[in-house]
Amino acid sequence: MPSQTTDPIIKFDRVNKSFGDLEVLKGLSFEIGAGERVTLIGPSGSGKTTILRLLMTLELVTPVKHPDENGGVIWVEGAPYSHMEKGGKLHVASERYLRQRRQKVGMVFQQFNLFPNMKVLRNVTEAQVHTLKRSKEEAESKARDLLDLVGLSDKVDNYPNQLSGGQQQRVAIARALAMDPDILLLDEVTSALDPELVADVLGVLRDIADTTNITMLIVTHEMGFAKDVSNRVMMFDQGVIVEEDTPDRIFSDPQEVRTQDFLRAVLSE
Amino acid sequence: MDWQTIIDSLPSYAEPFWVTVQVTVGASALALVVAFGLGLMTSSKHLIVRTPARTVVEFIRGSSVVVQLFWFAYAMPQLLGIQFDYAILTGIIALALNYGAYSSEVVRGAIAAVPKGQLEAATALNFTSAQKMRLVILPQAWPEMIPSLCSFAIMLLKASALVSLVQIIDLTAWAETLGRRPGQDLLVHLGLILVIYFILAWLIWTGMRALERRAKRGLGQGHPTTRTKDTETVGGVLGGLEPDDHVVTEGGGDRA
Repeated sequence: MPSQTTDPIIKFDRVNKSFGDLEVLKGLSFEIGAGERVTLIGPSGSGKTTILRLLMTLELVTPVKHPDENGGVIWVEGAPYSHMEKGGKLHVASERYLRQRRQKVGMVFQQFNLFPNMKVLRNVTEAQVHTLKRSKEEAESKARDLLDLVGLSDKVDNYPNQLSGGQQQRVAIARALAMDPDILLLDEVTSALDPELVADVLGVLRDIADTTNITMLIVTHEMGFAKDVSNRVMMFDQGVIVEEDTPDRIFSDPQEVRTQDFLRAVLSE
Repeated sequence: MDWQTIIDSLPSYAEPFWVTVQVTVGASALALVVAFGLGLMTSSKHLIVRTPARTVVEFIRGSSVVVQLFWFAYAMPQLLGIQFDYAILTGIIALALNYGAYSSEVVRGAIAAVPKGQLEAATALNFTSAQKMRLVILPQAWPEMIPSLCSFAIMLLKASALVSLVQIIDLTAWAETLGRRPGQDLLVHLGLILVIYFILAWLIWTGMRALERRAKRGLGQGHPTTRTKDTETVGGVLGGLEPDDHVVTEGGGDRA
């Protein structure tokens, strides 16, 4: 592996991902520094969500076995992430290894995915208690603080299906933050929301971006939000990065035709 | 036919009635354990766990419950030297295995029906496989299983009459024996147990319905029919679609 002066927190080294015959990512390489906020844009099917799912270990890279000098490995915080190192060689990561490594990565989903069998408070405390082994009191106090942050301290005793989509998504954000992630993955978090509920969710995320130094990877169609929050935008098409730049430059003066076409299509919506 | 003789003979139903209840309740409880065991195993992503369970399920489902009953009652004691001291146990075990194997498909189906996003969220929060199952999957799958498990429990109640084939005197066996005695009437006795079976089935049904309502409350759904799309079929199976119970919780009143 090429040496780095400052280790990037996330590094994709020629990563491939296929679903059957469909190649979604083709030798994708990029690096993200700690504390960076990177927005991934591009047409659907361009592989943005797959990148987040790989980082959450919901998908495994292709081929999962026998990575070699041709790359195909994801690195997080300087250590192999998609694979594990054993005897100087990279092997298929065991579930135990993945569990240890994904601890510092959190994800917020398009469909919220709150647990309907738990009240709001327990949605936020459950994983703290069971996977971080925090005491119930500690977990609850943390959960209440975070629910306060997302403006839902009055909903702790409600079940998720008693909340609006926007409220559910804010609970999901609190739930992810309760795990103290170093990296937060936001997968089209406002796409399933009614338009009038989008602003609240984005407001909460802006707050978090302003007040923490969590590294964020954001897949979104909200270009205004991308512009405000991120310090880098990567434009994807067909599994490769077409163009990347600061939001100011990419939104006002995109260089590539595919970026121009995509932005025109999205902004005219 | 002599009504006085018939009425005088009614207390003799106490013991066979108790046998039927014991077989039904015992076999249902054991069947539930079998169903969850096999259902969890057939849900496993590991072939080595799944294959034996699948084989057992298919074998039990593919062979006759009556033959299985005979096996436990007559063949096993000879072949393996296992003698069940208590004759009812044979009936309970045979019925439990049979209905447990069928119900395991209900368990497996309900587990598979929990949305994939739930598992993904649980992975993102770093739960272990066992924690995912215990804390996230089963609590959501359980309410969906209840109506089908209820059907199987009622079928099991009716199938409990089969134990009369291995010399156990249950309701059915006793009605037939008694009904053929002088001064008795077979029709009256068969009619009587028909009503008793029906009442028992109704009790199971009522109990399961209460259980289901409670389980749904644990998902923040006040009534089995309050959640529209997902559970409509469940409520429908139970015939519980009351027009007044429309969605009250959906959407959330205030959108702070």
